[in-house]
Amino acid sequence: MKTRKWANLKESAIRAFFLTCGILAVLVLIGIFATLLATAVPAFKEIRLSEFLLKKNWDPTSPEKAEYGLLSMIVSTLMVTGGALLLAVPIGIGVAAYLSDVAHWRVREIVKPIVEILAAIPSVVVGFLGIVLFGPAIAKIFHTGNGLNALNGSILLAIMSLPTIISISEDSLNAVPPAYNEASLALGASRWQTLFRVKVPAALSGIIAACMLGMGRAIGETMTVLMVTGNARAFPHGFLGSVRTMTANIAIELGEVPYYTTHYYALFAIGVVLFIMTFIVNMAADIILHKYQEREQ
Amino acid sequence: MKRILTTTLVIMGVLLGLGGLAGAQRGKMIQVKGSDTMVNLVQILAEEYMGKTPGAAIAVLGGGSGTGITGLINQTCDIANSSREWKPKEIDQAWEKGVSPRFFIAAVDGLSIVVNEKNSLERLTMAQVGALYRGEVKNWKAVGGSEKAVSLYGRQSNSGTYVFMQEFVLGNKNYSTDMKEMNGNAQIIEGILQDEGAVGYVGVGYLYDQSGRIRKGLKIIEISKEPNGTAYLPTDKAAVDSGNYPISRPLFMATNGKPKADVAQFLAWASGPEGQAIVEREGFFVISPVHKAQNDKNLK
Repeated sequence: MKTRKWANLKESAIRAFFLTCGILAVLVLIGIFATLLATAVPAFKEIRLSEFLLKKNWDPTSPEKAEYGLLSMIVSTLMVTGGALLLAVPIGIGVAAYLSDVAHWRVREIVKPIVEILAAIPSVVVGFLGIVLFGPAIAKIFHTGNGLNALNGSILLAIMSLPTIISISEDSLNAVPPAYNEASLALGASRWQTLFRVKVPAALSGIIAACMLGMGRAIGETMTVLMVTGNARAFPHGFLGSVRTMTANIAIELGEVPYYTTHYYALFAIGVVLFIMTFIVNMAADIILHKYQEREQ
Repeated sequence: MKRILTTTLVIMGVLLGLGGLAGAQRGKMIQVKGSDTMVNLVQILAEEYMGKTPGAAIAVLGGGSGTGITGLINQTCDIANSSREWKPKEIDQAWEKGVSPRFFIAAVDGLSIVVNEKNSLERLTMAQVGALYRGEVKNWKAVGGSEKAVSLYGRQSNSGTYVFMQEFVLGNKNYSTDMKEMNGNAQIIEGILQDEGAVGYVGVGYLYDQSGRIRKGLKIIEISKEPNGTAYLPTDKAAVDSGNYPISRPLFMATNGKPKADVAQFLAWASGPEGQAIVEREGFFVISPVHKAQNDKNLK
């Protein structure tokens, strides 16, 4: 009798512990967003929302007129992220398909750990690679004089989001029931047709999730873009021009901004914009996944 | 076996922790933060001072003059390096927070305008430098160079050099929005070495390599105050001291009120003959007797 009661108590305690952990995670997320929002709202006492989102020039410390126009940086972030995905998604899905379907198991044993090590490279080191390796290469190939541009940033961000995309895509490709594979081959399809017409569509939800995570990584990356994109305030004129992302801007200015001034609040407002962008990306991924799953059924 | 392993690890952890505590008791570390122009110089001053003074511990960080000033105002550092004067707003803020900044001059800098050695230009007037950095001149042809687009390199808004340039050379106008904002003097130099149309501004100490010669691949532009005046190099000590080189500036170290004993000792040493010999060795210029007298007064 006593052991039974003791066992039930232990059970309840453990359940309570896990519940607490779950609630804590949600609280932390809400807490971060609430803090960001609370610190960002005072900025809009002095800055009009339309000016913040639609004006092109960000120069809060200007001796002429303090300007808080975020548009150039929003476009820069989107450019650099978009370029990174353009490079990383095809390569990532390709490598994942190769590892899950085509590669000999010995090759797989070597390549998979290497891909995972790629994820462990610190962002400063990747930035350094960009400055000494990709920068001069871009300058030489495109005759631009220097390699401090959005293209350099895109390439580096692609390198950084590749491991995420590859790992998760590969896992979801492996999770496709072997029955699909076998049925397809039995019906006379070639290995290539099976891979790209049966396996990839079956794993599509996982692959889209992988790309969204990769995109989240790219949007939030700070150090790398700070080192190689040149940080010019101008509205971007193409991938071969110097750009300034929102993350780099926060990193540059937060260290020396006097606390509780409009400039300070405005930097948190940029944080809110970043948060919302990532949120929209995740929502879009969710919607796409649900629509696709509905179609499946 | 597992029990023994765990116990050993816990004991090791505790011992390491105690060791760390003991280290901390040795002497409070003097925190120096701020200007990237001064960071290398002050790091070397700190190292040599610590070599000569047993028990002294000085930590030197960069972050830009703005970061150092904010650090002193928020009392997270003992000395704030800045390559510009404090703005009135900053002094007000300091007083509001109960900090009374006191200034010492560590060295004198001739802010150098550098281009890639392949650039044919030799000299510029102050007005032309201002026009270049305001974005009014987009091609080297317009100021006497060859037909090549101007590629501007500068610092970020937390830099004292950025603010100093804006005030004294740009006439308090906005920088060109195409200026690439680099993280420090060293990154500007590296950028110029690779870019033929580049121009940048750096502290004079950054022009030299390890052996004391001007970095290969850089060309220092001579600056004249007036359009037809004599142009001077920032490496010319006489020109910097006399003011003939138009963009020279003192490099400041600020403390909160009268510096404490160990901080005061370091500052006195740095403005003394030994410290100033190091300043000269690193490519900057020694402080004038007027500066030294001011420093001595502020130490009391």
